[in-house]
Amino acid sequence: MIQTIFVEAQDSLQKEKPQMAELMRSNGKIYVVVAVLIIILGGLFFYLINLDRKISRLEKKTKI
Amino acid sequence: MLRKNWWKILSIIFLLYTVTAGFLGGVPAKPILNETIRNLYFHVAMWMAMMIFFIISVVYSVRYLRHNKPVDDIYAVEFARTGIVFGLMGLLTGSVWAKYAWGAFWSNDPKQLGAAIALLIYLAYFVLRNSLTDMDKAARIGSVYNIFAFSMLFPTIWIIPRLVESLHPGGMGNPAFNTKDIDSRMRLIFDLGAIPGWTLLGVWISSLRIRLKLFSLKHEIHE
Repeated sequence: MIQTIFVEAQDSLQKEKPQMAELMRSNGKIYVVVAVLIIILGGLFFYLINLDRKISRLEKKTKI
Repeated sequence: MLRKNWWKILSIIFLLYTVTAGFLGGVPAKPILNETIRNLYFHVAMWMAMMIFFIISVVYSVRYLRHNKPVDDIYAVEFARTGIVFGLMGLLTGSVWAKYAWGAFWSNDPKQLGAAIALLIYLAYFVLRNSLTDMDKAARIGSVYNIFAFSMLFPTIWIIPRLVESLHPGGMGNPAFNTKDIDSRMRLIFDLGAIPGWTLLGVWISSLRIRLKLFSLKHEIHE
């Protein structure tokens, strides 16, 4: 009796496919996500590159 | 090596790839997780990167204890600092993920607790160092403590969470996260994008702080 209930429960899990973000993809909004992240990363890299250059300049200035 | 640019450019390329492929690439459809499985490239990568930085840090601490060269201690400190930052990012990204996957930001999950404890132990490393006025003592005692802090990573994050019941994969001896079991599409982005990208980013940030510290030390001597 318990076994049949268990098998039925498993069955219903298998029939349902986990919902994925096909909607985001279909209306193009996933590209907004990617664009935002690239902008954030870009800002971070811009900051790091400038900091790197500043330190390089300092090191070269006081080099004997 | 600290001033070379090629590996910094690589980090930029790897991360841009991770962020793009991470969201546009295919992932397996898993119940409960749905699309959040993509957090693998961020949350999990943060912790892996943290481990790498703590390994580098303790190696330099051991070197300092062996050769007493201040530069080794500086490396150890800065990589420990970056490790803590990435660990905190791991905790934050994990909490956000948990809110959606487990229903709460914090569940007192063994791995959550273990990771928090491990980070507190590393924060104590800085408390200890800053409480000592003698620079050499701070470096020496700090280095010894670093070894202890590093060794504590294992029971708190790797061992206990796998022995007990846990919401994280791997609890009670279940198969834990390992790149061999990962979906091949995700494995590519994780191994060839996320891990090298975040790691090189952390190395870059550490290198900038190290260069600044070395510069300021040299500057003081010349004054």
